[in-house]
Amino acid sequence: MALKLGDYKTEVHNDWCPGCGDFGIVNAIQMALSEMQIPRHQAAIFSGIGCSGKTSHFINVYGVHTLHGRVLTFAQGAKIANPDMTIIAAGGDGDGLGIGVGHFIAAGRRNLDLTYIIFNNGVYGLTKGQASPTLRLGEKTKSLPSPNTNYNVNPIGLAITSGFTFIARGYAYDVRHLKDLIIAAVRHKGLAFLDVLQPCPTYNDINTRDWYSGMDGMTESQKQHSRIYKLEDTGYDPVVHYDSETEFNEKLTQALIKSLEWDTKIPTGVFYKNEIISQYENRIIDKIPNYLENPPAAQVVSSNNKPTTDISKILDSMSV
Amino acid sequence: MEQTDISWLIGGPQGSGVESGANIFSRACAAMGYEIFGKREFYSNIKGEHSYFVVRVSNNVIRSNINDVTMMAAFDAETIFRHADEVIKNGAIIYDSDLATTKVDEVHNMDLNYKQRLLKHLDSKNKPHTIQGLLDVAQERGVNLYPISFRNVLSTMADEVNNPRLKGMVRMFNVLSVSFSLGVFGMPPETLLNSVDIIFAKKQAIADLNKKTANYAYNYAAAKFPNFTYRLKPIEKKSGNILIQGYQGTALGKMVCGCRFQPYYPITPASDESVYLESNELLDVKENRPGSTVVVQTEDEISAMGMTIGSALTGTRSATCTSGPGFSLMAETLGWAGINEVPVVITLYQRSGPSTGLPTRHGQDDLMFAIYAGHGEFPKMVYASGDIEESFYDTGRCFNYADIYQVPVIHMMDKFLASSVVTCKRFESDKITINRGKLLDKIEGDYKRFEFVPDGISPRSKLGLENGIFWNTGDESDEHGHISEDPEIRIKKMDKRHSKLEHMLKTIPTEEQAISYGISDYCIMSWGSTKGPILDAIDMLKKENINVGFIQIKLLHPFPTDYIKSLLKNVKTIIDIEANQTGQLGLLLTQNLEKSPDYYILKYTGRAMTSTELYDSLKSIIANKAEKRQVLTHGA
Repeated sequence: MALKLGDYKTEVHNDWCPGCGDFGIVNAIQMALSEMQIPRHQAAIFSGIGCSGKTSHFINVYGVHTLHGRVLTFAQGAKIANPDMTIIAAGGDGDGLGIGVGHFIAAGRRNLDLTYIIFNNGVYGLTKGQASPTLRLGEKTKSLPSPNTNYNVNPIGLAITSGFTFIARGYAYDVRHLKDLIIAAVRHKGLAFLDVLQPCPTYNDINTRDWYSGMDGMTESQKQHSRIYKLEDTGYDPVVHYDSETEFNEKLTQALIKSLEWDTKIPTGVFYKNEIISQYENRIIDKIPNYLENPPAAQVVSSNNKPTTDISKILDSMSV
Repeated sequence: MEQTDISWLIGGPQGSGVESGANIFSRACAAMGYEIFGKREFYSNIKGEHSYFVVRVSNNVIRSNINDVTMMAAFDAETIFRHADEVIKNGAIIYDSDLATTKVDEVHNMDLNYKQRLLKHLDSKNKPHTIQGLLDVAQERGVNLYPISFRNVLSTMADEVNNPRLKGMVRMFNVLSVSFSLGVFGMPPETLLNSVDIIFAKKQAIADLNKKTANYAYNYAAAKFPNFTYRLKPIEKKSGNILIQGYQGTALGKMVCGCRFQPYYPITPASDESVYLESNELLDVKENRPGSTVVVQTEDEISAMGMTIGSALTGTRSATCTSGPGFSLMAETLGWAGINEVPVVITLYQRSGPSTGLPTRHGQDDLMFAIYAGHGEFPKMVYASGDIEESFYDTGRCFNYADIYQVPVIHMMDKFLASSVVTCKRFESDKITINRGKLLDKIEGDYKRFEFVPDGISPRSKLGLENGIFWNTGDESDEHGHISEDPEIRIKKMDKRHSKLEHMLKTIPTEEQAISYGISDYCIMSWGSTKGPILDAIDMLKKENINVGFIQIKLLHPFPTDYIKSLLKNVKTIIDIEANQTGQLGLLLTQNLEKSPDYYILKYTGRAMTSTELYDSLKSIIANKAEKRQVLTHGA
């Protein structure tokens, strides 16, 4: 029986602020799961702490709401132990690029086959609007006592230099486009990063929905001109097609250059995609040939409550 | 039967093969039928600092080191400066004679404090500030000096075997030292050569040269110093013994009891266990396809703990292994496992703290920290092994406890255990039982992960199981695992989790909670690796018809108050023995038994207790001549 969109929704009351960009992201995740028809028990949403952390409670698949900054560690452990699961990790920009940025980089280097979505709104919402790592230097969102004193992290750029093999950006209010990006990310073989621009209507009064859609710059003589555009509409090719240093460097560099665009033109869509770099799973297989057929979660370790692992060869080598 | 109980010390700069030298010696002695207890001491350093290994050899079961050294083989100056005074009358010092004129001031690795103490010592004996000065002191006590020019031996051998490369090959000094020793002990040369073969089995390229050198050095020393009092001859071999390095006990336990995932971050002395697990990642499995342990080196200990939990949620038996500083980082994540009732095992190889402390030295400083790690209130278990053999079987228990009670279990080990090399009975995997508790393989109908049930332990689903969908959160949550701040739910959930502590005490057999080695007016209370030195000290006292009881507490949290109280009924004097400064078990006793230890024997130099110093200390207590708090100090 086909699973319907509603099957992926829980009845948990959603307490996000009215108009929050997070709603669009949750909808897009549910739509993506439904479109891919992933059996509910074979999917898990791992989330961090903050408003975005509640995401896992709203989706009717396995949901693991972890700790501030640590979502990727939990998600990777689960994925390595049970590689059959479809795993989506979700967290805020403070969560993933502030307190958890070490795990972000380490996860990139591993390149496990899972998807990581950052809800990027420039502020720490749940603690009443402090500056997050993506807020620009000198900007003063409404609850900051003084302008932000730190330079911003470039999430796309950081993902590129950390080894993520699928890097894309979506916009929380363009749910269909976001849904397509999530599907592409999940289907990608390797670690996919999705930076989602998500206006916080309560605490970020700079990067608002109107700001993204260009309403702020509109004068009577101008037509509304959205800041956001799609890379795919420009003929941009994010894919690393063959295994050569030139190809790698070219695709990495163009993605990095695109990641620097902001202010008047903000690219969305896929920045970079590389399936030539090996997934972590394959690196395990190099050492453990039957890893995928017999991963940790599937291994039979006992028979009638007695261990079946045989260490006699090791003990023989220790015998005196 | 002739009684043998000798202690052999080898020392040299870190990175010069002290450990492989000791392994050759231990193997050779074990092959001759002896029981071995060896311990390695080393600095937090890669190359150059003083490293030494003491191997005790006996025809009886031995579980600790003693103060006396029967023979020392020193291939650098510092070893002599540090240990010459430990060698007993009629014992021997085999040393590189080229070092005799080395002055105290010339040994740059020795810290100033020690140099000052040494100079004072030499002055008091009217000796020059040189190696020879200290050796003269030893000789006057009746120690045999066996000087050998290591370079000359290599040189002569190089000419004889026509291999000029050997000349001045300093990295042969370890093999020279051990071979000289075996020659002087009069051990059969083939035990030496077999042992070299085994130790260098994976380094075939250098095995041959080492064997040749060993043979040559053996003959040289045997001919030159044939009259040493102590001889080591083959004795009847006990069948079924293994020679094992400390950290291998928990690693083998993990393989057998089905731990299939271990993420870790490098830290001394814990990471040896993970590296060993990874080196043996492919597992033979009876009547089934081969298994494997996936070992992942993570970016930090937080990640190691997070990954362990993520993996445990899939139903995989999962563990991590760390030491104090790493465990500190894991504390928040540990609490998450607690509130979500996730079975994980943390093997905690303690070392001396606080902070980085003495990073390569022993300590039992983390008992209280393990019990209270993590903010908020949640149940966990703290369980301690007393020796390497126990650690194998206890690993199996810890995983069972974790699964049965759905709690994090902290398995307390330490540096002393990790870096000991011992002979013990071959491990029997069949003695381990695997109990996964209420882990489900199939679910039909409605499922609530945290369903309120009488024993507080809800049936457990796992990621990927059909109909078993659950939610976890670090927030307080309802039976499904969704966030809830409802006061009534809060009380029920807190009480559900905490009821497990009582449940553990009711259901864990008392012989797994604590071990009583006899009760007497005087009773030692201790935990962990002090077991070996304590049992050996008790044996020494027994020979003088002095009986001292001993209770080894294994289950430290929840504390088995009732059982311990029943054991202590007729005890008059409690002696608390621990490798820490504050007597942490003593605090636990005071808290739980309303009874404080009468005496404390504590050691926090970072060096493990010897049975000699414990014996001395216990004797002074029994003679009623001891202070309430005694601090042990032996060991360089």
